[in-house]
Amino acid sequence: MKNTAQELERVEKKDLFASGHRACGGCGQALAARLVADAAGENTIACVATGCLEVFSSPYPDPAWRIPFLHSLFENASAVASGVEAAYKALNKGPVNIIAQGGDGSTADIGFQSISGMFERGHNVLYVCYDNEAYMNTGVQRSSFTPLGARTTTTPLGNKTRKKNLPLLAADHGIPYVATATVDDYRDLQKKVKTALSIEGPKYIHVLAPCPLGWGHHGEITIQICRLAKDTGLFPIYEIIDGKITNAKKIPVKVPVEEYLKLQGRFSHLFKKGAPSEVLAEIQEIANQNIERFNL
Amino acid sequence: MLKQIEGSYAVADVVAMCRPNVISAYPITPQTHIVEGLALIVDEGRLEAEFVNVESEFSAASVVLGASAAGARTYTATTSQGLLLMSEVIYCIAGMRLPVVLTCANRAISAPLSIWNDQQDSMALRDAGWIQLHAEDNQEAADLHIQAFKIAEQTYLPVMVCMDGFILTHAFEPVDLPDPKEVDAFLPPFKPTNIVDPRWPRGIGLFADPRFYMETRYILHRAMEKSETTIKEVSSDFTKKFGRDSGGFLKTYNLKGADLVIVSMGSVVGTIKDLIDQLKEEGKNVGLLQICSYRPFPRKEIYNVLKDKMNIVVLEKSISLGRGGILASDVRWSFPRAEKKDRNISSFIAGLGGRNITQDDLRYMVEKVEKETVELEFLGLNKDLIAKKDL
Ligand SMILES: Cc1ncc(C[n+]2csc(CCOP(=O)(O)OP(=O)(O)O)c2C)c(N)n1
Ligand code: SF4
Ligand SMILES: [Mg+2]
Repeated sequence: MKNTAQELERVEKKDLFASGHRACGGCGQALAARLVADAAGENTIACVATGCLEVFSSPYPDPAWRIPFLHSLFENASAVASGVEAAYKALNKGPVNIIAQGGDGSTADIGFQSISGMFERGHNVLYVCYDNEAYMNTGVQRSSFTPLGARTTTTPLGNKTRKKNLPLLAADHGIPYVATATVDDYRDLQKKVKTALSIEGPKYIHVLAPCPLGWGHHGEITIQICRLAKDTGLFPIYEIIDGKITNAKKIPVKVPVEEYLKLQGRFSHLFKKGAPSEVLAEIQEIANQNIERFNL
Repeated sequence: MLKQIEGSYAVADVVAMCRPNVISAYPITPQTHIVEGLALIVDEGRLEAEFVNVESEFSAASVVLGASAAGARTYTATTSQGLLLMSEVIYCIAGMRLPVVLTCANRAISAPLSIWNDQQDSMALRDAGWIQLHAEDNQEAADLHIQAFKIAEQTYLPVMVCMDGFILTHAFEPVDLPDPKEVDAFLPPFKPTNIVDPRWPRGIGLFADPRFYMETRYILHRAMEKSETTIKEVSSDFTKKFGRDSGGFLKTYNLKGADLVIVSMGSVVGTIKDLIDQLKEEGKNVGLLQICSYRPFPRKEIYNVLKDKMNIVVLEKSISLGRGGILASDVRWSFPRAEKKDRNISSFIAGLGGRNITQDDLRYMVEKVEKETVELEFLGLNKDLIAKKDL
């Protein structure tokens, strides 16, 4: 199922994830889920973890999905998708695209064992993680993806640790395809979904999906926030194909991290009078390290 | 064909004859030989199935959940800590009406760690919406698996076949293994329609707000109650096809004219029957009511069979801590409060963590309840090991 260059570049709009769901205005995850479903097409099964995406898209009796949707629990989307894949193999059905999807918490924390097992066993499943850097569905609590300095309801004075790097951990499982993306660049995200689905085996796409409610920014600037996350170097865009980091997206004009942070309420305490400047300096340091490491 | 075989391998052979499409499991004593047996059968190509070697019981249960939702016939096996680790998924499988079959090789629960038999594990999940069938011996364990797939797929309820760990799983007994062709004739291929398939896009596992949740639980409860008919039909169908009386709701032994009736389930009923035979020779008439289907609970049958019995004792291998015998309270509830207030229903807890239940223990129990009603007693307790203040 090799896509032509033209097909890869085309922006797909099929409304397979329909409007009328209950996400907040400007929700990065809702936009991402739609882009992913439309890129994957009708012949797709979505295995979704409990979290914001599941809650805003699947209330009985009116789910937003126009592709088959399967949800059971918070921490097992990878194992459920593994089971779906095993059934398709055993029943000689398919081919079909199987996409497991979940938030950062379900993916990197409570579901970490499950996703690691799915990667290691080599199931033909694409996992898409919608990273909004906290447990949003339960009211913005810290996750292992919460960045340094960010305020959440369980880190009221700001998070003291750096963000876990799941794309690199995924790649270390030896899976054939890993990519990062953001929701401002439709073409890039959809191209990565299509590329991933054309590869046999486990695939992982990590999507930065800003959450206006949890991050404390206006819904209208979700796209701008994504661009700044990239242009500061805080969220590097790259692919890892067969273990090699490639296609790291160059930053046209590098932006200091403050530009990104000050638009978001979760970092506002860092800019208060008398706030210690070490945290800001360390966040800039993280961005610099990314720029160097991925040659952005 | 009669074969001298370990219980676990008999179950593995019979499960393979049921042709599951997807098997997923995680090793835990004393379930291991069942899945090792199946892994070999799949590896040698004797069964065309996907055997998914997962990293935990939680994932094993999740894999069969996903596979079942995609239309596969699925099987898993576990016990004790493994079953508890699965518990969140266990509830979900039932709520989603997925006909998964699971073997529970009954074992005690930590702490303290014990790999030996009792029935606390399956008891802990008795309210999850799974049919629970208890095997008396390895023949019945094998037979129940064939029935389990059929019951599950006719009712869209998952079925847990419980067999006592070690006592059955590791015992060598002659087991009549059926001809695979007979199993094929008994168990038609699984053709579900409510599945995830792009040809019929639909959502499975949507969330239900307070307008809808109660009804789903009511429907599930009714389905459990109504599965009674299916369980009985499949069992009597099985008897017709295979010539053996296995499964069903409950069985009785020497009930006619019995002054005292012992109620129990699982492998211990074999020991009880031996005692009943001995007592008979000594001129004492004791009967047995053996529960095969623990869920749905055969309340009406129990009442019908025992309504004239005034002295009943329930012997079980599990306890609701702070409350008492679990099976005992189920049995007590089977009799309407108002009638026959002088009926005696005693409760004994026995065999926890693999403690042997001897003929002497049972004889002591019988003699005691002939004299008085026992609210709750641990059978075979070594009081020397217990500090005075804890007695
Ligand atoms: C076993 C279990 N623990 C906790 C929860 C509660 N819970 C539901 S969603 C959620 C957070 C989801 O966070 P994430 O995966 O990042 O998704 P988001 O809502 O942020 O998109 C939590 C903690 C649960 N459903 N199940
Ligand atoms: S809380 Fe955040 S992630 Fe959840 S729906 Fe609202 S914007 Fe989206
Ligand atoms: Mg999140």
